Amino acid sequence: MQPITRPSAIESDTVKESTPMTHGVDFRALREGLAEPGADAGVKECLAVKDLSLYYGPKRALHDINMVIPEKRVTAFIGPSGCGKSTLLRCFNRMNELIVGVRIEGRILLHGNNIFDPAVNVADLRRRVGMVFQKPNPFPKSIYENVAYGLRIQGVNNRRTLDKAVERALRRAALWDEVKDRVHDNALRLSGGQQQRLVIARAVAIEPEVLLLDEPASALDPLSTLKIEELIYELKQEYTIVIVTHNMQQAARVSDYTAFMYMGDLIEFGQTKTLFTTPRQKQTEDYITGRYG
Amino acid sequence: MATSSTGSTLKGWANSGSPWVWLAAGSVSLSLVMVFGLLLLIAARGLGQFWPGEIWRFELAPTAQGPGVPLLGEIAEEETVSATRARAAGEVIPENLTEVRRLLIKAGNRDLTGFDFKWLGVPQIVATTQPADALVVEREEWGNLYGFLADVRENGKSVAQGAQLWPELAARLERKRGLRAEIKHIEKDVIGGINYGIERLRLKQHKLELDGRADAAAVATLHARKLELEQEYTKANEHLAKLNQEIARDTLLFRTAGGEEKEIPFAKLVRVAQPNAMNIPQKIVHYCSKLREFLFDEPREANTEGGVFPAIFGTVLMVIIMSLFATPFGVIAAIYLREYATQGPLTGAIRIAVNNLAGVPSVVYGVFGLGFFVYFVGGSIDALLFPERLPAPTFGTPGLLWSSLTLSILTVPVVIVATEEGLARIPRAIREGSLALGATKAETLWRIVLPMATPAMMTGLILAVARAAGEVAPLMMVGVVKLAPSLPLDGNFPYVHLDRKFMHLGFHIYDVGFQSPNVEAARPLVYATALLLVAIIMALNLAAISIRNRLREKYNAADH
Repeated sequence: MQPITRPSAIESDTVKESTPMTHGVDFRALREGLAEPGADAGVKECLAVKDLSLYYGPKRALHDINMVIPEKRVTAFIGPSGCGKSTLLRCFNRMNELIVGVRIEGRILLHGNNIFDPAVNVADLRRRVGMVFQKPNPFPKSIYENVAYGLRIQGVNNRRTLDKAVERALRRAALWDEVKDRVHDNALRLSGGQQQRLVIARAVAIEPEVLLLDEPASALDPLSTLKIEELIYELKQEYTIVIVTHNMQQAARVSDYTAFMYMGDLIEFGQTKTLFTTPRQKQTEDYITGRYG
Repeated sequence: MATSSTGSTLKGWANSGSPWVWLAAGSVSLSLVMVFGLLLLIAARGLGQFWPGEIWRFELAPTAQGPGVPLLGEIAEEETVSATRARAAGEVIPENLTEVRRLLIKAGNRDLTGFDFKWLGVPQIVATTQPADALVVEREEWGNLYGFLADVRENGKSVAQGAQLWPELAARLERKRGLRAEIKHIEKDVIGGINYGIERLRLKQHKLELDGRADAAAVATLHARKLELEQEYTKANEHLAKLNQEIARDTLLFRTAGGEEKEIPFAKLVRVAQPNAMNIPQKIVHYCSKLREFLFDEPREANTEGGVFPAIFGTVLMVIIMSLFATPFGVIAAIYLREYATQGPLTGAIRIAVNNLAGVPSVVYGVFGLGFFVYFVGGSIDALLFPERLPAPTFGTPGLLWSSLTLSILTVPVVIVATEEGLARIPRAIREGSLALGATKAETLWRIVLPMATPAMMTGLILAVARAAGEVAPLMMVGVVKLAPSLPLDGNFPYVHLDRKFMHLGFHIYDVGFQSPNVEAARPLVYATALLLVAIIMALNLAAISIRNRLREKYNAADH
């Protein structure tokens, strides 16, 4: 197979030239909560991506990504299909390692510790960085056992502890009132929207620090989507949330920060309201005004 | 114009696909007709034989050898042959006939006349009647007797006359049944158990001698125990002799249609009936009793009479043990191949090899089983664990364990292929969901993937059972026998005797149908046994299918 050459190499190089270090965000300023006038005071760093590149075999899918994911905020990744936003998201809990032929360079720091360090236990990392997938994927077990699964894996088998944790997680995912009378029913009998909230409850039950949402509403109807968005708003009080979405209105509605990616490059990253109103990059402007993508 | 329109219609018809639909439907119906035809045939022949048939008395024309001797029996078959052939067979056929109808009569009385079945040309028959008092006697040896009841005697003295004979016969037959059951219990359980104990003592002593630990005290203990057992044996034997005397008290005097008389001890009787005098409920009772004998009793007379219970038991037990070996091995192999092995050319080659193993002729597995399991593994086990029994082999001879193992290597590829397919069908999203919650690969496999793959494993098991239950060829080399003296499961420690040889329904069909001394008499039994084998395989399959469907319902509610 021929190595794939990237047609837009020149274009993205140009981008790098114009914003040599930061891809549009002043990290230091962001860390100090001084990113822009009138913004987010007191924000802390949760995840930091340093010179991250990812290769599928010979093909390079991410180019030297540098960014900071702020703590207890919602960060959205937007960009056209195939731009690498899901790939980047799956780096945070090392899900990409399941794919044969993937090679990663660079570092991702979770509260200052490199997650690619050989000493890091992947299972532990995934407990701290939870993930919800595009299509609801409940296990063919009862609602209760779905939510309790992560805890049981950790060796929690005390009935009362589990009962409490399951109820709390279901309440947090705004599903408790709908299912409290049938938590022992098969989870596969729930509707698609309910299943997605169940999967969120399942992820929340193990008390992660970060929640990665990979297009969580793209397979749902508008009403369910609305519920998920409300849920994200609630959850950001306690969790750092990173969401990948195709839907720019959704990104604008739910996120505090937005990263625009294109062809494996991080083009622009900043506070959502700034990025959507006064984008610094031409490509960002073209994308959010619907000129391509 | 007309032709072209016809042509285009035909073409249109062909393009519409309906010819193919018709062809497919035709193939399906043909297959169904063949399958159900076969089942119907064996069901009718197999189940029909237990129904008490009518007994006819044939008055025969005199022949060159002398006056015609009347014949009593059931009509087994009817056919038309050319007169030349019938004459060549020694029958007297009038000159003007070119074809002759003849009947195959099941006449029994083998010990008196020398034949069981006899062809009778219809022209030979002068008259036929259906005597109400015609009697069929089933005996433990020599097959059926057809004739009339002449007398019932106790110690040689007649006990009843005329109409009293039949009730008296029935009552004494009941008494005989009780005695027979008691004798069987003493012979099989009591004396069998004592013999088993004595044999174990002998082996224990021999083992001590081999180990050089046979000091006086140990030998004395063993000897004392042996004496105890021998005393028990003498007591049981005395009891048995008394019972045998009791059972020999009554005899039955029997007269054939030709007027010959024969006295038979009650001990040799199995069942007597007067089918011509029976009404329908009586016939149904008789039918059920014969069916029960077939299903739950042991075979008699070189397997041509009696039941097939040991063969049913052997078949089912062998299949169950086979499943216990084949399923775990197949599942573990499939998990390794699908989940852990690097998917490369080597894994591909292994997969192809596994698929091809399923196509190896079963008799090859039989030869392998004999060479590897019986002689090599079994011989080694004997040398290591049972040196005291040598030179008599324990595991170094064909037996139930080796049969089950041989069939399990025969069926393991089926389980592997089915399980692998099941594992491959489990969506990636579900696995990722589990991994994303901090589960390791092994935890994901154990808690999520394997439960979801159980229906596929059951499918593999179903295919394996269907294949294993029908195999005969390899079993003939590694453990099946014509007549096993004892079941592989009994009350003597260690209860399950995997080293024993066993009987199998498939082999029973072959043996009774083609190796028995009296094929004609055994034929109905072959049909019945075939039907039973099909029924047992079907029952095993249905059980597995119902389990699988329940599992599917549990794990596949996803398709909503």
